[in-house]
Amino acid sequence: MIDFVPALDLFPLLAAVLAALSCGLLGNFLVLRKISLMGDAISHSVLPGLVIAFLLTSMRNPMTMFVGAAIAGLATVALVEVVKKLGRVESGAAMGVVFSILFALGVLLIEQAAARQVDLDADCVLYGQLETLVWFEAPPTLMGLLSLSTIEALPRQVVVLFGMLLLSSIFVGLFFKELRVTAFDPALATSLGINANVMHYGLMLFVAAATVAAFEAVGSILVIAMLVCPGATARLWTDKLSHQIFVSLAFAFGSAVTGYFGATTIPSWFNAGSVNAAGSMTVAAGCFLVLSVFFAPHYGLLAKRQREKRLQRASAMDQLLAGLLRAREKGAEWIDLEVLSRGAMGFDLAPTAVRAKRKGYIERQGMELNLTGRGLEEAKAVLRRHRGWESYLVEDAGIRPDNVHALAEQLEHIPLEPKIESDLDPHGQPIYPREGD
Amino acid sequence: MNALFQSVFGNLLLQIDAQVIWETLTLRSGYNSTIVIVGTTLLGISAGVVGVFALLRKRSLMADALSHATLPGIGLAFMIATVFGFEGRSLPVLLSGAAITGVLGVVSIQWLVRSTRLREDAAIGIILSVFFGAGVVILSIVQSMKAGTAGGLNHFIYGQTAAMSAADAKLMGVLALTTAAFAFCLLKEFTVVCFNDAFAQVTGWPVSKIDLLMMALVTLVTVAGLQAVGLILVVAMLIIPAVAARFWTEQLWKLVLIAGLIGGASGYLGSVASALMPRKPAGAVIVLTAGMIFAVSMFFAPSRGVFASVLRRLKLQLRIATDHLLEAAVDENENEGTLSVELTKALQKKRNWGLWLHLSVPPFVRFCGYGRFEKRAFRASAAGSERGRRVERNHRLWEQYLLSYADIAPGHIDWTVDQVEHVLSPEVIDELETLLHKRGNESLDIEPQGGKA
Repeated sequence: MIDFVPALDLFPLLAAVLAALSCGLLGNFLVLRKISLMGDAISHSVLPGLVIAFLLTSMRNPMTMFVGAAIAGLATVALVEVVKKLGRVESGAAMGVVFSILFALGVLLIEQAAARQVDLDADCVLYGQLETLVWFEAPPTLMGLLSLSTIEALPRQVVVLFGMLLLSSIFVGLFFKELRVTAFDPALATSLGINANVMHYGLMLFVAAATVAAFEAVGSILVIAMLVCPGATARLWTDKLSHQIFVSLAFAFGSAVTGYFGATTIPSWFNAGSVNAAGSMTVAAGCFLVLSVFFAPHYGLLAKRQREKRLQRASAMDQLLAGLLRAREKGAEWIDLEVLSRGAMGFDLAPTAVRAKRKGYIERQGMELNLTGRGLEEAKAVLRRHRGWESYLVEDAGIRPDNVHALAEQLEHIPLEPKIESDLDPHGQPIYPREGD
Repeated sequence: MNALFQSVFGNLLLQIDAQVIWETLTLRSGYNSTIVIVGTTLLGISAGVVGVFALLRKRSLMADALSHATLPGIGLAFMIATVFGFEGRSLPVLLSGAAITGVLGVVSIQWLVRSTRLREDAAIGIILSVFFGAGVVILSIVQSMKAGTAGGLNHFIYGQTAAMSAADAKLMGVLALTTAAFAFCLLKEFTVVCFNDAFAQVTGWPVSKIDLLMMALVTLVTVAGLQAVGLILVVAMLIIPAVAARFWTEQLWKLVLIAGLIGGASGYLGSVASALMPRKPAGAVIVLTAGMIFAVSMFFAPSRGVFASVLRRLKLQLRIATDHLLEAAVDENENEGTLSVELTKALQKKRNWGLWLHLSVPPFVRFCGYGRFEKRAFRASAAGSERGRRVERNHRLWEQYLLSYADIAPGHIDWTVDQVEHVLSPEVIDELETLLHKRGNESLDIEPQGGKA
């Protein structure tokens, strides 16, 4: 179903994966430091850097282009700082001003370069040139690829990207502690003797370099997407930075691979030509993000929904049992469900009654309910928490007795209870002792 | 270097001809370029006006995401229209598609921020890149479709100002009028929401509706600007004039006015410049013009500009240093007000005088008639001694005030006082005097100011 033709697919896929991994790795720190859009700004302003480097040297030498673009990237970071500090402009607006001016400069200059018959193309800055990485002499079988000749045939972009990934892994590995502290608490970092400014510009240097290395092959859209999406997606899965990094790398890898094969394979099912691979990789990254928003274990919307539901059910059960016990304190044994529901803070007790019956907390005759022995124990625990909290709120927190009921009504559902000495709550009702007391 | 210079200015140098420039500036250079100039000027005005509200709501980059998110809409609108047999390239079709996905992008950003733990910056980055990527995919599908008329869609990315028609220019005119009318009629509503939305909510303003209207205006301008300057640069038209105008004023109605003017001027000058020079894409030239206006504003604007604030700081430093000098002179020698060279040096060291103060204090002191630096000492004049005494007196007054009223530990006082003594206004001093006299504070053993009492 999925076609993998080494000659066509090997190097483009390799380039895309390497670019996604190095941008995804560095992007974690951008997301944590709330400067995700710095990647956006840098990749826009790489354009004038490239063109100026070209116009200055009149060479389409990859090295000069690389240096020019990297300088432009760092200049963007510095200019944003300048506009922010000197002009007292809000940081989003400062970024917008700087990168759009630089991008306009790039568009203007590229027209000039085009006038001089040079194939610098503004489009390829956006989309990259994955298709130029085709390797015509590739051996047709996978086994044939496992030889030295493959390494010899690696195109320059792939080598550069591999080096970039290696360097940024070393950077993150060596300075992991520093990067982590500066990301979460720059003030603490400074007091620990870590120069937050140096770390900032160091990180930015790597982001700029990764941007430049990546965008020739994959284009700036994919760079921007990979600087933000994998890190953000991973953040929905875990709280621990080291885990986040590995999760983000997995998502970066997954986006590149699924996006690539999505672009080459899916259109062929409809007899259409292949679509833009860089674009489809960003769409894949977006899909992973949306899936994570819903299905991530703890922070996912579904998990959140589940937790809320569970809490709601437990609270309704507490309401039912407490209502029955309160009635029993007044001498009534069998209570109508409808009467009970009136005092239940808007909870729907009908399904709760079914569950309580199943758990053996209550016995039931038509609409009439009564506590069983087990139910009585549970109900006493609820009222103990409720009245315990009321006592605590009156005696220790100094709230007036007529104001504490509603608050205690909420606190009784959490599995915590205050230590209370007295046997009676502020309203003179008994606080049931704990079992074994 | 030469190549770079040539490519930027080369064509310009060849073309300098006052006649042609004047004709273009006064819209007599031909039908097409006149339409472009008028259209971009009007677009610039509306973008400037609307951009102010985006800036004040801290939504500058939201506009960026919005404009990137229009791309899939353009592609989809073209596909759908072509499938149903309509002319896919008709502007209204494309622009309505653009508006739909643009709004969808903004809504998605707000959804991400509300329902996940992601911050706004990450949400903007995600939506911007994913929507744009989707747009690129859709455009590549469009290009492989049988209908071979899709060539123009790419122009929405970088813009194609020269293709502006008279109808487009009229549309820009309507747009400029609409935004100006909204800004004029709803200025109060916009102001209250921009500066304190919580307050607006509490006092009963329909905040979310006003917010929605502001966002709608941003969308309108973005979509209208797509064709003229392209989706990457239209956001520059929204942000730059507003940020530049912010340097010139603190008042919202002036801000709106100035931003509109700057936007209009960039549109006008930029399109004129691009009409005069071949191979200069108008969108880029317009943005660069706005950029130049921004740079000028940032450095040279009167009160909020960089130079103005540097100047203010230097002036304040100079005044404070002079005060220190005179105070020290009076302190050293009550009657004459002289300070020996050694003590002057010590003072300069203690107060960390930089080059600026070393150079500026002596002429300033002489200019004000406060005294002069002689070979062996600094000698204050009568006026200088008087000022020194006053500074010292302010110092004491403030010290006393802090001790009596502000419950500050005595050991901490001198440090605070040192900074405040220079900025006390005569009114505050009067007030302090009466305050302290009322308390019958006898420890205030300095004679009243200027022999008034």
